Amino acid sequence: MTTTCCERCERDTLIDDMPEARQALETYLDGLPLTDKPERNQGFLIQSLHKAQALFGYLPESVQLFVANKLGIHLSQVYGVISFYSFFTDSPLGDFRINVCTGTACFVKGAGKILEEFVRLLGIEEGETSGDLRFSLGGLRCVGACSLAPVVMVNERVYGNVTAEMVPEILNDCE
Amino acid sequence: MVKLSINNRDVEVPEGTSILDAASELGIKVPTLCHFKLDDFDIESKAGSCRVCVVEVEGRPNLAPSCCTPATDGMKVKTNSVRAINARRTMLDLLLSNHPKDCLTCQRNLDCDLQRLAGEMGLHRILFEGEQMEHEVDRANESIVRDPNKCIMCRRCEAACNVMQTVGILSAVDRGFDAVVMPTNKHSLAETKCTFCGQCVQACPTGALTAVNRSYDVWRELNHPAKFKVVQTAPAVRVALGEAFGQEPGSVSTGKMVAALRKLGFDRVFDTDFAADLTIMEETTELIGRLTSGENLPILTSCCPGWVKFFEHQFPDLINIPSTAKSPQQMFGAIAKTYYAEKADIAPDNMLVASVMPCLAKKYEAAREEFAPNGVRDVDIVISTRELANMIKEAGIQFNDLEESEFDNPLGESTGAGVIFGATGGVLEAALRTAADWLSDEPIEDVNFTAVRGLSGIREATVTVAGKDIRVAIASGLSNARDLLDKIRKGEARYEAIEIMACPGGCINGGGQPSIKGDTSILEKRRQALYVIDEDKQIRKSHENPSIQKLYKEFLGKPGSERAHKLLHTHYTERENA
Amino acid sequence: MSTTTPVKDPAALASWATEQKAQQDSGAPILIRVSMGTCGIAAKTGSVLEVLQSEVQSQQKEGQIEIVQTGCMGLCHSEPTIEVYDRQTRQSIFYGNVKPEHAPAIVREESSQAYGVDILTQNWYRPEEEKADVATAQARIVLRNTGRINPESIGDYVGTAGYTALAKAITSMQPDEVIQTVIDAGLRGRGGGGFPTGVKWQFAANQPAGEKFVICNADEGDPGAFMDRAVLEGDPHAVLEAMAISGYAIGAAKGVIYIRAEYPLAIERLQCAIGQALEYGLLGDNILGSGFDFDIEIKYGAGAFVCGEETALIHSIEGLRGEPIYKPPFPAVEGLWKRPTIVNNVETLANICAIVRQGPEWFRSIGTEKCPGTKVFALAGKVKRVGLVEVPMGTTLRDIVFGVGQGIANDRAFKAVQTGGPSGGCLKSDDLDTPIDYESLRALGSMMGSGGMIVMDEDDCMVNVAKFFLEFTLDESCGRCTPCRVGNKRLHEMLVKVCEGKADMRTLEKLRQLSDVIKETSLCGLGQTSPNPVLSTLRQFRREYLDHVLNHMCTAGVCSALISYEINDRCVGCTLCARNCPVSCIDGSPKELHTIDKELCIKCGVCQQVCKFHAVDKH
Repeated sequence: MTTTCCERCERDTLIDDMPEARQALETYLDGLPLTDKPERNQGFLIQSLHKAQALFGYLPESVQLFVANKLGIHLSQVYGVISFYSFFTDSPLGDFRINVCTGTACFVKGAGKILEEFVRLLGIEEGETSGDLRFSLGGLRCVGACSLAPVVMVNERVYGNVTAEMVPEILNDCE
Repeated sequence: MVKLSINNRDVEVPEGTSILDAASELGIKVPTLCHFKLDDFDIESKAGSCRVCVVEVEGRPNLAPSCCTPATDGMKVKTNSVRAINARRTMLDLLLSNHPKDCLTCQRNLDCDLQRLAGEMGLHRILFEGEQMEHEVDRANESIVRDPNKCIMCRRCEAACNVMQTVGILSAVDRGFDAVVMPTNKHSLAETKCTFCGQCVQACPTGALTAVNRSYDVWRELNHPAKFKVVQTAPAVRVALGEAFGQEPGSVSTGKMVAALRKLGFDRVFDTDFAADLTIMEETTELIGRLTSGENLPILTSCCPGWVKFFEHQFPDLINIPSTAKSPQQMFGAIAKTYYAEKADIAPDNMLVASVMPCLAKKYEAAREEFAPNGVRDVDIVISTRELANMIKEAGIQFNDLEESEFDNPLGESTGAGVIFGATGGVLEAALRTAADWLSDEPIEDVNFTAVRGLSGIREATVTVAGKDIRVAIASGLSNARDLLDKIRKGEARYEAIEIMACPGGCINGGGQPSIKGDTSILEKRRQALYVIDEDKQIRKSHENPSIQKLYKEFLGKPGSERAHKLLHTHYTERENA
Repeated sequence: MSTTTPVKDPAALASWATEQKAQQDSGAPILIRVSMGTCGIAAKTGSVLEVLQSEVQSQQKEGQIEIVQTGCMGLCHSEPTIEVYDRQTRQSIFYGNVKPEHAPAIVREESSQAYGVDILTQNWYRPEEEKADVATAQARIVLRNTGRINPESIGDYVGTAGYTALAKAITSMQPDEVIQTVIDAGLRGRGGGGFPTGVKWQFAANQPAGEKFVICNADEGDPGAFMDRAVLEGDPHAVLEAMAISGYAIGAAKGVIYIRAEYPLAIERLQCAIGQALEYGLLGDNILGSGFDFDIEIKYGAGAFVCGEETALIHSIEGLRGEPIYKPPFPAVEGLWKRPTIVNNVETLANICAIVRQGPEWFRSIGTEKCPGTKVFALAGKVKRVGLVEVPMGTTLRDIVFGVGQGIANDRAFKAVQTGGPSGGCLKSDDLDTPIDYESLRALGSMMGSGGMIVMDEDDCMVNVAKFFLEFTLDESCGRCTPCRVGNKRLHEMLVKVCEGKADMRTLEKLRQLSDVIKETSLCGLGQTSPNPVLSTLRQFRREYLDHVLNHMCTAGVCSALISYEINDRCVGCTLCARNCPVSCIDGSPKELHTIDKELCIKCGVCQQVCKFHAVDKH
């Protein structure tokens, strides 16, 4: 089941490399009130993927397959869903996930400049992760903290009223 | 019933009818791209995504996609208002702006819906040019080429793969401008559980999914001076090939096909029907064996490579019940390169065995690892009905004017039982004809097991053979196969023999056949044509085929003999269900 | 209520409410409400709360001061915000920008002048209980409890007439009466299009009995709109109660809340509220002894704006890609799992209980003839007082932006208000006095949308704003239909050309032409409205487009391809700009005039920002 078929898979966490996470996911999936109606079981997919991503940090193919088999759906459908929703990722993210809010309020208050500054200092583009898996840079959909615009989130931490000058400080905080 | 007017003409249609279908009642054909409908198979994909079929409905602010807008009472529709025409042209413009313009060298040149529409609309330049998507072309398998750059997101292939066939490897991935249909996790088809049935290729309106073309390889071999060139033609090819030359669907063109193959340069033109008869000998022996022992039932047919790959991936727990008999194509190759080679005194490795198949999975099958004993392939090159038609045209052969010719012997002699392999139910009927004879004291007279015939997806019958009730089932289309297998798995249904064909309707609707463009009535005509050939045959039972009898006598011994097993039987491999 | 036995019947609910009310009135003399919504927490209200709590302890004022955590008060411009409520005088004072160091003095009940915390003037009333003091006051129906009650206490909710609307509906009204009430009230969907809510319910109710669903659309995705989040965080029971009422009305026993995964706090509060409601028998089987059963399940979004569209949302709940499909069939006929389903957004539902309690005439007395009731706006952008505003329908933009919002920040000039998010358009100063409702905004080429209202000033380039919204649509388009998938890409490419000064007049014509086709051919609301930001700015701010195209000029100084920086003779040669330039394109010796190499300059503007002598000009 877990032979690597391509370069991408080699980088992947194989589900068996993280037995605890695997066990937790299995317990979660087995606890779902599945029925004999496969299409209704697919209704548990998105919450299962949330759970899996929380456990594994991202959704490598082996984890996708595990979920697909438990819910009785095709892997292709799982991937179709993962690639549709921006919340899910099938590649590992950095330890520090820097997200610049791309909401309108943040936009008019200069979020673009802040993103550019991160790009410049980190040397990675929006949507990328640094080679050492330290930083991921991304956009963030409006979190509704428009009063603090522009907003940057680093993991769970919110920085409000950010200016380009604050960017190095924010990166310094990432320890 | 609802009454509406389309282009100022009144029409009455049943409630729920789409504007598109209502318009076609009036003979008005609204152009479509994403709409995909196969009447006889209850398949309709109304993605409503291409927006090419938009029409103007009085009183509505927006244009309505005619394929998925139901006609309502009093509706006033204009299919060709300036707004509709402008919108339709803009849709085409946008699709083309993100589409390679290599029509001349595209496999679907002259057979592409997108190209045809652009021509019909007189779209001579792109107004909204811009960035195009860039994806790798997947050529990593024997059967299907996938060029995502030509995908227009019509989702027809998804309907074919996921709904009609339940193979489930195709899905739209990503979103927005990057959205495109891809196999499982963007892998190449070869890395997925694709069965290579080719129904996606038949569904695709552009060049995003096409068949691997081997005609050049055939030309090269045909021009090889030292090689002995043998070709076999599958049953379903002869009832569809004519369509490529303007003949009516259902025309039988066996004689012209044989003549054309000779003109192309084959030394011997043989018939897969012969090998079909041979398959019946082996498979029926197996069936009777299992009936007698009562073990390992039901027996499942194994002629269809798409179906074989399907169960290897998706039903590995049932891997022991399919018949171990090779498919007719592979049996033919094995016999040609042993028995016939010996008889004609030709070194097997100096013999080319080419196949003309209605199927794309046959290309994959011929290349399966196990079908090259001692490094010599049973079958060297497989081309589809469409490729053969193109080769005939390329060679400048006037197909319709050809004088009919007959198959060569001995591997060209066949019975009515062999030819009906091309339609769903045919294999089982052929087996029943032989089983009935073998189990009875006297040969049966009525060979028409009409209960197993038809186009519907699953058919069941109980056939009394020599006083014994044999419960049989036939499924065509892999979703039907899945339903049937699920029942067997759960123990909800009991049969002794089951025939399964991956393509709905069987090989007459194979992935390598001339496109039916959604007109399933063509399939019925092809099907009937096969039964007409059967009726016209003197011999209609496989075991009565003299050349087959001779083959056993001279070479194989008895059906199921050790030699027969070595040459005519195979094994299956559990494959990943991902 | 001392025991946790389920509330048996309406009478038991009423006595519980009386008990709660008495408790609320008889607590400590001073009640401090601390605004603990997402933005409050982000502004570090947590540490203020902590210090307040420890001060109450250390000053031994437990008997005098009670502290309660509430949801967002809507005063986002001054977070952390607290309300100090005097139970005797029934007067409130709102403190803004509270810092932990203010806490001891607040607990000592010192006069605020002594330690300099901001006092916020507040001008709102709750139409259900009070009369307006002034005509321009905010009217809080949807936000009636938000910021006032503890969202994690069902008792608090019951104490403010909570669950009485449900009791009334299921024990004294027929389902069709409930629907008629909502129809008569004239409530229209607050999520965008403004479809009459009661009519939607009726469609679903008319379907044959059987499994039906009620969905609460909490996938608030418009960038710059956060009223649903505030309601869910501040008054979750109001949404649950309304869902149960709608379930009763259409004959559904099951509700689903589809909520953005980006709203963890709202999810937490909803889970808590559902748990409590089940515990007290206000959800679940045989609610209040009426025989009516209703359950609610939470389903999470995963970051797809298009899932705000109801068919896409349903697909997402079904575990599919959130792609919309063509309607009909409408969800009311064939929705979740192909069963009749109604989808209402949070704000719409938050009106239901008040309508059932007070009746349709009362509701119609607020707002306008065609659009009764109120609308919550999330006022953000370049306005002084950013926050949540709930005003009667028909209030003018001026009253909102210059009244509640107190005008433009930093003394800049007002340029535009963007409403309706990526589906909406921009309104100019000429439109400021238009009373706002669904129709008037549409007539102005914009949309109500979910109520985001972003104020822009003279420093905003409207072409760039249109480009921003197109970028958003491009990111969020599901990719299903041709016009949205490819058409919007082309629109965006053309806008980029305009911003780079590479477009000609033909481009502007093509922009309009393609926008029109996208509007009338797209599959769903997202696509059909996606060109609005382009069309509206093209019409309202044509001048700016012409400046970009004909004069290669961006008057707002935003489009970097069209601007350049130059150092004037005020330069004293301090070298600060040269040292800060990220690409080292500024040349000059100390104490001499510096120059910028325009070839190398990336127009980041850092030199201008750091210069202390106003020696850097932007052209």
